[in-house]
Amino acid sequence: MTSANGHGATLAEKILARAAGVDRVVPGQIIEGNVDLAMMHEQGAQTVAPFHQMGADKVWDPDRVVIAIDHWVPASTEGAAVLHRILRKFAAETGLTHFYDVGQHGICHQILAENGWVVPGDLAVGTDSHTNMLGAMGAVAAGIGPTEMAAVLALGRLWLKVPASVQIRVRGSFGRGVTAKDLVLRILGEIRTDGATYRSVEYTGSTVSGLSMPERFTICNMTTEMGAKTGMVAPDETTYDYLRPIAKHAMHPLAADADARYERTLDIDVEGMPPMVACPYSPDNVRPLPEVVREHVKIDQAFLGSCTNARIEDLREGAALMKGQKVAPGVRFIVSPASTKIYDQCLHEGIIETFTEAGAVFTNSSCSACFGGNMGILAPDETCASSSNRNFPGRMGAKEARIYLMSPAAVVATAIRGEIADPREML
Amino acid sequence: MNDLIEGRVWTLGPNIDTDQIISGKYLTIIDPEELRKHVFEIALPEFAKGARAGDILVADENFGCGSSREHAPQAMRAIGVGAVVADSFARIFFRNAINLGIPTVEAKGVRAIFEMGDPARIEMRAGRITNVRTGRSVEFPPLPPHLLELLDAGGLVEKVRRELEARRSSAGARA
Repeated sequence: MTSANGHGATLAEKILARAAGVDRVVPGQIIEGNVDLAMMHEQGAQTVAPFHQMGADKVWDPDRVVIAIDHWVPASTEGAAVLHRILRKFAAETGLTHFYDVGQHGICHQILAENGWVVPGDLAVGTDSHTNMLGAMGAVAAGIGPTEMAAVLALGRLWLKVPASVQIRVRGSFGRGVTAKDLVLRILGEIRTDGATYRSVEYTGSTVSGLSMPERFTICNMTTEMGAKTGMVAPDETTYDYLRPIAKHAMHPLAADADARYERTLDIDVEGMPPMVACPYSPDNVRPLPEVVREHVKIDQAFLGSCTNARIEDLREGAALMKGQKVAPGVRFIVSPASTKIYDQCLHEGIIETFTEAGAVFTNSSCSACFGGNMGILAPDETCASSSNRNFPGRMGAKEARIYLMSPAAVVATAIRGEIADPREML
Repeated sequence: MNDLIEGRVWTLGPNIDTDQIISGKYLTIIDPEELRKHVFEIALPEFAKGARAGDILVADENFGCGSSREHAPQAMRAIGVGAVVADSFARIFFRNAINLGIPTVEAKGVRAIFEMGDPARIEMRAGRITNVRTGRSVEFPPLPPHLLELLDAGGLVEKVRRELEARRSSAGARA
C-alpha cells in the first residue's frame, strides 16, 4: 500500500507501526513500542537493581518474559553462580515462571526459537546482542542493555528510533559444501561491520525463500556483526510450518509493501560462490576459503558451537564429515550444542559418539568457547577455527589469539586436517 | 546534564568493540567500582589508572560495536567520564550509554581534530565540539529532544521512576 508520502513501508516499519499502535512510522522517528517478548540471560542480573531503583514492584506481563541462562551453565565461577542466584530470586519474587534453568537450558536465542516464543509481527527484545537471530521469524528482534530491560519489565515498552531499511536480495543456488554461513560471511565482507549500523536488514530473494528456518537463523544472527538493529526474513510457509506446533502467542504476519523504500539494496548472487572465512581480527575481514587453505594455517583449537551454528542440522552435517575420521594430533576440538534439546537429539542419533570417538570433546549446551569467559579459552599464540560469530581481539581469550570464522562443515574439515581446510575436498 | 561539557581527551581508534572495552572474562562482575579497574584493558591499558572524573573519550568510527554488555558504559560511568564522542557509534552501546545518563554524541570528523590529552569543550544543544588547544571544531546534529530529556533526568532509571510515581499518584487521586 502506498501512503500519502509516496511510497510503501518496509517490513520493519510495518512491525514498529504495529508496536507503536499507529498507522505509519518513518525512519528517524522516535517511537514508544509495546514489547511482545522480553528475554534475559545472565546479563539480566544487572536488570534487578535498576528495576527496584525505578520503584517498580511488578513485571508488566510475566507471560511475556523468558529467562534463559547460557553463558556459564552450570555456573563455572562464583561470580556466575551469584548472577544465577540473583535471577532465580528475582523470578520467584516477580512470578516469572518461564525460566530455562540448568537441565532445561540452552543458548537463549535457541530457547526462544525452539519453543516458539517469538512469532511473526512481534517486537522482541533481549539482553544479548544476537537477539537479532529471532528476526528470522518475521519479527523485529533486537538486543538491549540491562537498564533498558528494567524499563521494559516495568512498563512493557521502550523507546526506539525507527531504523532505515537495507534490503539484501539473494539469488542463485549454493554449490555443494557451501552454506548459509558462507553467505552471511560474504555479505559481511561487502557491507562491513558498520555497514548497517542502526539499520534494519531485510533479506529477500529466491535463495532466501528457499532457506530452512535454521539457515535463516544463521543469516539473521550475524546481522548483529553488520551493526544492524535487527535482521529479518518475511514470514512464509516455512515460517508457519516451523511455528504452528509451538507458537506461544498469536501471529501477526506482516510483509513489506511492493513499493517499500530501502535506503540501500545489496544484490548477492551465490551461484559459483566458494565457502568463505572471516580472518583475524574482524568478522568483515572475509576471504574465499580456498585462498586461505593455500596458506596452510595451522590450528590449535576448533569450535563447533554458538547461537550462529550449533543446531541439530549443523551437528548432523559436522558428524557426517567426522564419521570414521580422527581429530588431528595436537588439536582440541570442542563441540557444544545450542540447547539441551539438541543435546538429547545428538545422543539419540549417535552424534555424540561420532565426535567423541574421533577425539573431540562434546560438551553440555552453553555459549561455551564463543565468548572467552567460560571454557575453551585461547592462549596468546594460539589459533582457532570457529563456527561462531565474532573474532575481535580478545574474543575467545588472549587478545593476540587468532580466530577464523567459518561454516560448521569447514570447522570439522579443519579439525581433521589440523590446518584450515575446505570441506568440499572431503565430501 | 550541563549544556557545556569540558574535559581532558583520551583518543581511541576505529571499531573499538565491547570485547576491547571490557573483556569477556570480567562479565560476571557487577560492581561498577570493580569493573572500572578493567575498562579498556585491551584497547587503552593506561586509561583505567590514569582517567579522572570529567575526562572525555574521543573515538573514531563504530565505537562500541560487538556485544550488548552494559559493563562497558557502566565502567565509564563509575569513572565519571564526562562524555563519549565518536565519529560514529554502534547502536547498543549508544543506547546503553544514553540510558545510563552519559552524554554520548556522534560527531563526524571529531577524531581527526584531537590528540591525546587535548582539552575539549562540547556544546550539547548548539551541537559543537571544540579542541581548546588548537581552536578547531566540528559541528554535529544535537541529540533529539527525547534523548536530551533522558540525559537531563540523569538516565532511564530516574525517568521511569518519575513516570511510575506520577502513575501511582494519579491512580491515588482517582481512588
